[in-house]
Amino acid sequence: MSAVAVDGVWKFYGDFPALRDVRLEAAAGSCLALIGRNGAGKTTLLRIMAGFSRPGRGQVRIFGNTPRETETRRQIGFIGHGISVYDELSALENLTLFGKLYGLADPRRAALEWLERTGLERVRNGLVREFSRGMRQRLAVARAFLHEPSVLLLDEPFTALDDRAIAVLQTLLRQALAAGKTIILSTHQLREALELASHVALLNRGQAAFCGSCTPEMAADPGLIYARYGEG
Amino acid sequence: MGFFRQVLVIAAKDLRAELRTKEAINASLAFALVILLLFSFAFDPTEDTTREISGGLLWIVFAFAGALVLNRSFARELPNDCLDALIAAPISGAALFLGKAVANFLLVLAVELVSLPVFGIFYNVRWTSQFGELMLVLALGTWALTVIGTIFSALTVNIRLREVMLPMLTYPILVPALLGAMQLTTGLVAGKPIGPDTMAWLKMLIGFDVVYTAVSLVLVESVLVG
Repeated sequence: MSAVAVDGVWKFYGDFPALRDVRLEAAAGSCLALIGRNGAGKTTLLRIMAGFSRPGRGQVRIFGNTPRETETRRQIGFIGHGISVYDELSALENLTLFGKLYGLADPRRAALEWLERTGLERVRNGLVREFSRGMRQRLAVARAFLHEPSVLLLDEPFTALDDRAIAVLQTLLRQALAAGKTIILSTHQLREALELASHVALLNRGQAAFCGSCTPEMAADPGLIYARYGEG
Repeated sequence: MGFFRQVLVIAAKDLRAELRTKEAINASLAFALVILLLFSFAFDPTEDTTREISGGLLWIVFAFAGALVLNRSFARELPNDCLDALIAAPISGAALFLGKAVANFLLVLAVELVSLPVFGIFYNVRWTSQFGELMLVLALGTWALTVIGTIFSALTVNIRLREVMLPMLTYPILVPALLGAMQLTTGLVAGKPIGPDTMAWLKMLIGFDVVYTAVSLVLVESVLVG
């Protein structure tokens, strides 16, 4: 069974089809890089996979279930454009809150562990509104990984990250892949993405123009995919 | 985690965030006190007049001051896309809604409990003579206000003019509950306990709370996930 299966998904904003009959699959333990120009539909597709939005037609299955099922949501970790943590709460309060919402046995201990893994243990009681951008991003990473999800959906995760945060995220993603987790990430930073990706899907104006294995020549020359399958 | 524990976690989170920033509660409290003060000068009411207008005056103040709290309820989730994280969490939409409604209820109730003594002083009214029943009406009316306000706060959260749209959508639906609360409050402030003549209003208020809470709990998932 595929970890993530997207089957004939359409999404309309008014009359405009943001996604048109998108079909792709990600096997358990694989890393799929979702690439495409601005407005190609990457974020829309990831939001549907995460259950934030319903498709107009078609369906998404995560381990055979719809994304909105409670047990499925427990298996998904999402990083979107926003950091999805509260400015008015401290780093520890934020992670403890999400640990409780995900039903972790010891939310505080999990929060402390992830603060340490993301290098934020010294500022654990600081309010997020006082954090630098890189620290906020690392906290967002900790929030997404906190409940040990089986599927990670990451929307342009390397954007606006400082060097340290990129290193932290890449290490965590490699560890997640080694542990058999499935990663789908959208990105414009092809080189970073293709270093991790086992598969690539190119979205072009809402359609999946290419979906297949990431070959060594693609990894060596990221522009090749656009040249062959995209708009050039 | 059980449903009610999820409700408590969401309510505690909202209350903690609000008590740190005091954005909504300060604005709401200031609004309520200023309106009570201005009306006391504008009408210079006698004791009888005050008793006649007390229910209407208080609930107009509570409804408008409450809107300032309710507007922030889901809008608080917009910075940093926090609403996404809540929708992604394995909790039901009903628990999320109820948690927010409970937090809003406590905040609006706090504003009302500060406003009442001020009302008593400015208008020279002994509003405590039917204290228990007045608190019951206050709780029922406030729950009606918060349950309708919270569901429409969720519905309008992504609209640019949500501060305008929320009262426009909320108040027409609230009219029956406000009417009941006003009628009951007027009698209670005048020292008359709830009797056979006003019991129908109380039943209507309870029915309103039950029906709209149930409808909101059923609809909230569709409202949150577009």
